[in-house]
Amino acid sequence: MWKWIQKLASPKVFYETTNKLIPWFLWPFIALLILGLYWGLVLAPADYQQGESFRIMYIHVPSAWMSMLVYFIMAMAGGIGLIWQIKMAEVVAKVSAPIGASFTLMALVTGAVWGKPMWGTWWVWDARLTSELILLFLYLAYISLNNAFDNPKTAAKASSILAIVGLVNLPIIHYSVKWWNTLHQGSILEDLAEPSVHPDMLWPLIIMVFAFQFLYGVLALMNARDEVLVREQNSRWVRAVVTGEQS
Amino acid sequence: MNIFIKTLTRDLKMSLRNPFSFLNPLLFFVIAISLFPLAISPESHTLSNIAPGIVWVTCMLSVLLSLNALFHYDYDNGVLEQMVISHHSLPLILLAKTIAHWLLTGLPIILLSPLLGMTLFLDAESIYVLMLTLLLATPSLSLIGAIGASLIVGIKNSGMLLSLLTFPLYIPILIFATSAVSQSQFNLPINGQLYFLASILLISLMTSPFVSAIALKASLD
Repeated sequence: MWKWIQKLASPKVFYETTNKLIPWFLWPFIALLILGLYWGLVLAPADYQQGESFRIMYIHVPSAWMSMLVYFIMAMAGGIGLIWQIKMAEVVAKVSAPIGASFTLMALVTGAVWGKPMWGTWWVWDARLTSELILLFLYLAYISLNNAFDNPKTAAKASSILAIVGLVNLPIIHYSVKWWNTLHQGSILEDLAEPSVHPDMLWPLIIMVFAFQFLYGVLALMNARDEVLVREQNSRWVRAVVTGEQS
Repeated sequence: MNIFIKTLTRDLKMSLRNPFSFLNPLLFFVIAISLFPLAISPESHTLSNIAPGIVWVTCMLSVLLSLNALFHYDYDNGVLEQMVISHHSLPLILLAKTIAHWLLTGLPIILLSPLLGMTLFLDAESIYVLMLTLLLATPSLSLIGAIGASLIVGIKNSGMLLSLLTFPLYIPILIFATSAVSQSQFNLPINGQLYFLASILLISLMTSPFVSAIALKASLD
């Protein structure tokens, strides 16, 4: 196991592995996306209170989930890179940030679109919305810190420290903004044994959550692959890959 | 312990010989606060409602402004690198530097706050609570800000970046501190908020010197 990890930590093996892994994430993503969207948008019954507009949930909830999961992955990968000096973990952390920020932005935008018909307003300073907004700020801070350094190694170290400090702070931020908890409905997926929504509405949501996880996998692998090529641009195997030679 | 005292006195001396380095953030604090009545309304009711927020946000801004200089001079003349490679404990040195920073920014802000509170029509009880929250939380601002400052120490023109990094981390402090002052205006209990501020202070006091040391080593690589 340890040997396998060490092997994966070499840029060339990492590049080849990502290349092989991408289809394994891409196709499940497409299949789950079609299934989840069809089930959620066409088959699932309309909500008795919210009518058809609840269907935006199938984008909103998975994005919100992923926004937090990706931050966690980013901080963990950054920590691994920091502690064991594994360069490829730094790459994973770096490429995860823009993806996570996009998920966060998507959760905020779909939330606003959903909030307008339901609450009558695009935005409220509710606990979850505010936490999500602060999460977006943390992502943006990470990205701008990462871009501020010329040396990618220093950039990775500094931004990983920021990501970990942010991770420790996230629960504190979340509970502190809960002080003016107002409009947001409770979490749907808190209790899978006794779900508060109808199974016909819940299943497509779960499928969409998995679809989004595969989407993250695809995007992260593609970006990591490119990032490795840029970082290792002076090595021979990269030249072979770019010029199409067989090494 | 010796190096702690030495760094502390050295930083204080250096700042006192160049007083504008710490007077400017304080001037900023006073001037920025006096802009709010001009911009919003001179009416006492409105002002006393928003006073906790105004004072606290402006306080954070001026702390951030002064944090830029925390490592700036030492980095420019190479002293900071000597501190990092010296055999003394780096977290201890950084703690001393942070405390010196607080003594020259946080403490004067606390002393100024009753005056500014009065101009914003806060009552005596709320001014007392405002000073208490400032006393509990401005050290945390310096400590958390030191992490941000040590992350960006090697970057040129990093002023904006520091605020981008640090503001999200300041949010819990802002919430608890302002809600304590606002609640005290309605004679509601504020123990909860004060406990939270105190625990944030303790946690940041325990962890932030070490994190800053790691960050400083990383960014000086």
